Amino acid sequence: MRKAWEFFKGTLVLVARGSTAYYAWILTLLFLMAVGAAAYVYQLRSGLIVTAMRDQASWGLYISNFTFLVGVAAAAVLLVIPAYVYKWQPIKEIAVLGEMLAISAIVMCLLFVTVDLGRPDRIWHLIPLAGILNFPQSLLAWDVVVLNAYLALNLVIAVYICYKHYHREEPNPNFFNPMILFSIPAAVAIHTVTAFLYNGLAARPFWNASILAPRFLASAFCSGPALMIILFQLIRRYTRFEIREAAIFKIAELIAYAMFLNLFLLGAEVFKEYYSGTIHLAPMHYLFFGLKGHSDLVPYIWTAMIMNTTAFVLFLVPRTRENHLTLNIGCVLIFIGVYIEKGMGLVLPGLIPDVLGEIYEYSPTRIEILLSVGIAAAGLLVYTLLLRVAIPILAGEFHVGDDGVTPVIGDTKFIH
Amino acid sequence: MPNDRNREPRALRMSRRRMLKGAAAVLGALALPGKDASAAVWEAFLRRNFREMTARDKARVVARLEKEYEAQFGKRVKVAVTPPIEGVLYGYGLDLHRCIGCRRCVYGCVKENNPSRNPQIHWIRVLQMKKEHGVDLEEAAHYYNPSKVPEKEFFYMPVQCQQCERPPCVKVCPVQATWKERDGITVVDYNWCIGCRYCMAACPYGARHFNWKKPGLPAAELVTETHYLGNRPRPVGVVDKCTFCIQRVRNVPGRYPACVEACPVGARKFGNLLDPESEIRYIIANKRVFILKEDLNTQPKFYYFYAT
Repeated sequence: MRKAWEFFKGTLVLVARGSTAYYAWILTLLFLMAVGAAAYVYQLRSGLIVTAMRDQASWGLYISNFTFLVGVAAAAVLLVIPAYVYKWQPIKEIAVLGEMLAISAIVMCLLFVTVDLGRPDRIWHLIPLAGILNFPQSLLAWDVVVLNAYLALNLVIAVYICYKHYHREEPNPNFFNPMILFSIPAAVAIHTVTAFLYNGLAARPFWNASILAPRFLASAFCSGPALMIILFQLIRRYTRFEIREAAIFKIAELIAYAMFLNLFLLGAEVFKEYYSGTIHLAPMHYLFFGLKGHSDLVPYIWTAMIMNTTAFVLFLVPRTRENHLTLNIGCVLIFIGVYIEKGMGLVLPGLIPDVLGEIYEYSPTRIEILLSVGIAAAGLLVYTLLLRVAIPILAGEFHVGDDGVTPVIGDTKFIH
Repeated sequence: MPNDRNREPRALRMSRRRMLKGAAAVLGALALPGKDASAAVWEAFLRRNFREMTARDKARVVARLEKEYEAQFGKRVKVAVTPPIEGVLYGYGLDLHRCIGCRRCVYGCVKENNPSRNPQIHWIRVLQMKKEHGVDLEEAAHYYNPSKVPEKEFFYMPVQCQQCERPPCVKVCPVQATWKERDGITVVDYNWCIGCRYCMAACPYGARHFNWKKPGLPAAELVTETHYLGNRPRPVGVVDKCTFCIQRVRNVPGRYPACVEACPVGARKFGNLLDPESEIRYIIANKRVFILKEDLNTQPKFYYFYAT
């Protein structure tokens, strides 16, 4: 117990210490969070009328971001498999960073769902026994369960790895391996359940396609890892933590396969809708070409399409995949491309035209954007604080002293 | 999945109720003096889903609501909790041949059911359809506004809650805040809904409406005869919907919903599907009825037909 307490005290010291750059970064995030909080207070006092959502388009930016971020969270599994199933050293060294990204992404997911609720004061109605969780009927109930389970799982795994590393001990395989193995289906589950949440609604033909869950997974394995590649390079450059080239290029290679699958499944979807040309084509047509003079989403989706295909080519060719400039361009393109395609490009056409054929064009208000930025800042803050502890541990700058209790802190700067 | 079964054994429900009551008392005691955070406020916060309430719970909740509404509107409001009438399953008929698209039903409904006037919430939407297209939602006009109806080249199709036998909204609600009553009416507990709007995504008929803002309902227009599951004033941030005027049809057996009464051409019919002598059964037996989006298998109890 005392060991854990000393470790915890050490982490608090770490988080509070850092270079000027570290403080500036934290303060920037806190400022954006304060702006988001102010926007949320305003929304609570006025009602959701301050968003652009209406009865016709009853979900918008918040739920789009939630859907996208579930994908980012699920992508941690792409590091877990090579690291722990295949025991591939270059990725094993950094897998915990992916798990921590999953933690931050799920925190953002939960925040986005919360700010979307009309009555956040009644959120306890979802807690079994105190309230009523409509499980197993409601897919939203499933989502509540799997998201929280996945969050808990990754928290336990990441903290356990760091704690053991800090004490210079090997993880206990009897405890550690089952959890790691379970986190693989759990990652698939969170994204599948989120896809089923849409997929199960017969009222919305655009979502009611069996291909939705596979598409979700394929795009998740593009966006999450693309973000990781960018983050890993930043970590490598600005902290004293080594990440091998081989690891980054391997992730890029996996992205190429996932992107192929993503584009292929999208093509299958487009073919079916356009060739059969039923009335259920309307939402897709609205998305790609506009409907009856309404075409707000058209420039966005084509931007996403061009970005995704360009990135696919960049990642497919080994020469461009292993050149840092083109690799990073590809990562940025994929992240934005999938954000559009799996966010607003997925949620909105499900609702536009609405079930009675009305077209209400939704585009987020300033309040929605500020709130979303605030939540993104909260997620980045969570990730920063997790890294602030994990990186010194992994780099051997924060470990237990010779007495086996007192922490030794070598790293006082973090970002240099 | 029948949704009127008991969800849990009685013992558990009792202990849970005791637990919540205890929590309310403790929190009430903790509340700062001078604030209105009395035990009653905590009790309102920690109340349970309507379906789990005993008769005594209901009486207390109703008393609290009536007090609240009186303070808000300066009028005495009666909140009924009348249960379903045994042997009744409500069904609705709409004669497309007669409907002239005048929207009197829309405003009759507004007048009866205390929805928000600002922003406007309408439970009935009348669609204007081109005769040559037939029933085609993609081609329907929602905001037609001629000086006179009906117009020669159009027919009109009012759409409201279809009171499905297999309601998708009920299936997806994560907290069971909406359910189908024994008389076939799908209702919402406005004090249990968390406002996630999943039911709105699931409803194929656009029948569910959200209170995006604190309902703007002038006291002068408030109807005081209400039902807990129907037309009582709604809080902000929850979903509401047509209930076949549950406050009318349950309190006075045989009474019509407001939209049936408002229709000047008799296009709207209403009755008990279980009574072979009822109006709605006559229509089903003698006219050719159809339902909206039958391919979704929601099994609406709202039948469209052409009388002649």
